[in-house]
Amino acid sequence: MNEATRPRRRSPRDLVGGAPTDTWTLRFDGRELPAQAGQSIAAVLWSAGILAWRTTRENAAPRGAFCGIGSCYDCLVTVNDRPNQRACLVPARPGDRVTTQEGTGHADLAI
Amino acid sequence: MPTSPSDGPAASATPADRAAPAAAAAPADLAVVGAGPAGLAAAVTAAGLGLRVVLLDSGERPGGQFYRHPAPGLGAARPEALHHGWAAFASREAALREHEEAGRITYLPLHHVWTVVPGRGQDPGQSWTLHAVVGQGLDADADPEATTAATVHAGAVLLATGAYERQLPFPGWTLPGVVGAGGAQAMLKSGLVLPGKRVVVAGSGPLLLAVAGSLAAAGARVPVVVEAASYTGYARHVPALLRNPAKLAEGATYGGALLRHGVRLLARHAVTEAHGTGRVEAVTVARLDRDWRPVPGTARRIPCDAVAVGHGLVPQLELATGLGCATLQSPDGTVALELDPGQRTSVPGIWSAGETGGIGGAQLALAEGEIAAHAIAGRPVPARLVRTRTRLRAFAAAMAGAHRPGPGWTGWLREDTDVCRCEEVAVSRIREAVEDLGARDARTVKLLTRAGMGWCQGRMCGPAVAALAGEEPSPDRRPLSCPVPLRDLAGLPEEPAAGLAEEPAAGLPVELSTPER
Repeated sequence: MNEATRPRRRSPRDLVGGAPTDTWTLRFDGRELPAQAGQSIAAVLWSAGILAWRTTRENAAPRGAFCGIGSCYDCLVTVNDRPNQRACLVPARPGDRVTTQEGTGHADLAI
Repeated sequence: MPTSPSDGPAASATPADRAAPAAAAAPADLAVVGAGPAGLAAAVTAAGLGLRVVLLDSGERPGGQFYRHPAPGLGAARPEALHHGWAAFASREAALREHEEAGRITYLPLHHVWTVVPGRGQDPGQSWTLHAVVGQGLDADADPEATTAATVHAGAVLLATGAYERQLPFPGWTLPGVVGAGGAQAMLKSGLVLPGKRVVVAGSGPLLLAVAGSLAAAGARVPVVVEAASYTGYARHVPALLRNPAKLAEGATYGGALLRHGVRLLARHAVTEAHGTGRVEAVTVARLDRDWRPVPGTARRIPCDAVAVGHGLVPQLELATGLGCATLQSPDGTVALELDPGQRTSVPGIWSAGETGGIGGAQLALAEGEIAAHAIAGRPVPARLVRTRTRLRAFAAAMAGAHRPGPGWTGWLREDTDVCRCEEVAVSRIREAVEDLGARDARTVKLLTRAGMGWCQGRMCGPAVAALAGEEPSPDRRPLSCPVPLRDLAGLPEEPAAGLAEEPAAGLPVELSTPER
């Protein structure tokens, strides 16, 4: 079966019959992204097809959510100017400003 | 009597408000750490037997990782569609709410317990003191305002801290789009999101089938499930399998779901490389020999935009090992707690149930939680529970043995593959530490290379570093189980309690900003 003849696949929301109580947007590196009440910041970014929101200290390599439960710290991100927030744990709130975190997230301290 | 949070602050309460009930509460008979299947079952059973219980959990809602479910705001009408055995959770959650109403259980969500120390009073209800950081997100140094501290006193402690996923590195595994199999499942269950449209599921262990089934049911295409073990490993354990028809049926359910969604299962194969620049675009899959060494000439490329990977689970033991609880080696090669038939650890007054005693699944965790509750209450353990545990432990052992990583997996590493994701330590540096500098264990490798000294404190690279150093993984040794604000440490009593004295706190302040041991 090719892409055109395949029936539309269901979404996670279809599967559980989800109807969010509220929706809003958050800003990620200047882009407005739709968010649903109850989603973590990582979930909002994945919904928008964004898998990376951090660069590593040594090699400036892109990283995003890996373990999904707060164990690995790979999903660290800057939220409302506060660096090193675990995106998989922090709930998205209306009007949040999320920015890609470079290195330790403390570049402003020049250390 | 402990105050029930239901009388107090509503869901909009700040972390400080939510901590208040704990601080004000009278000592409990039992403090349960973790509200997953084991902890939840233990708490409601113990409360039913007349104990006053405090249930502390790092999550926002009860259920742990297995029964992780969407936040109420997502309005899921059928959360059970993403779960197996949801009724077992629903009945216990209802019991939890009833006990909360009646003031028999104080349930404290978003409480991250970072240490358990012997209490000071003569009152048996003061035998143990639990310290927790309270708040959401929990990066205390980045946002001190968002967290607060809580202290709970209890006569007995049950550690039901569960497990996290075991990862074995491969070239390209740090690319965005490579996610933990359990991680993909967790993000799907709680946030109703997928990492991509075409997701290869790979690694080893029964979780892979469940993950592939959920991803496919939620709309992802899963071209293949790549399982490193060969299912012939089960053949040696036929009696244990036959005594567990429900478990076999569960397996068949997952198998049926995969067939329905057209997912292929490739046993004795592994993803040996992920390809892409900014994110995953394809993987290389190769056949493995019986020791998990990739067979030359069998590699093929499969296009995909995400890889969900994991090699079973690792018991989460920091709190237990911090207290000095004895451990043992499980058939899957992980370290677990040594427990007696009443779920007692080697430290009197400290009990444990579920994955901390060896990976065995939610049904076993429920039974063990109930067994522990009976033992703690000084009641005879119902024979039915003992039989259930014996049967399910045998099944778990068979499964763990079959999926234990073979030594040849290091054959798919390249010299430049990062093993430690946090500190970006490549295979070549670890091999140099072992071969040129004489490191014989993971600890020495860590001191020479910084592998395991980053944010995750070796949770992701620990098993791999141990394998490269040529040793079996050793028990968790992390003085703090999660990041703790300095002011909370400063707020501890001046004289360290006996349990802490052996683990000197020297250097802790430095370790907190960039956690190191």
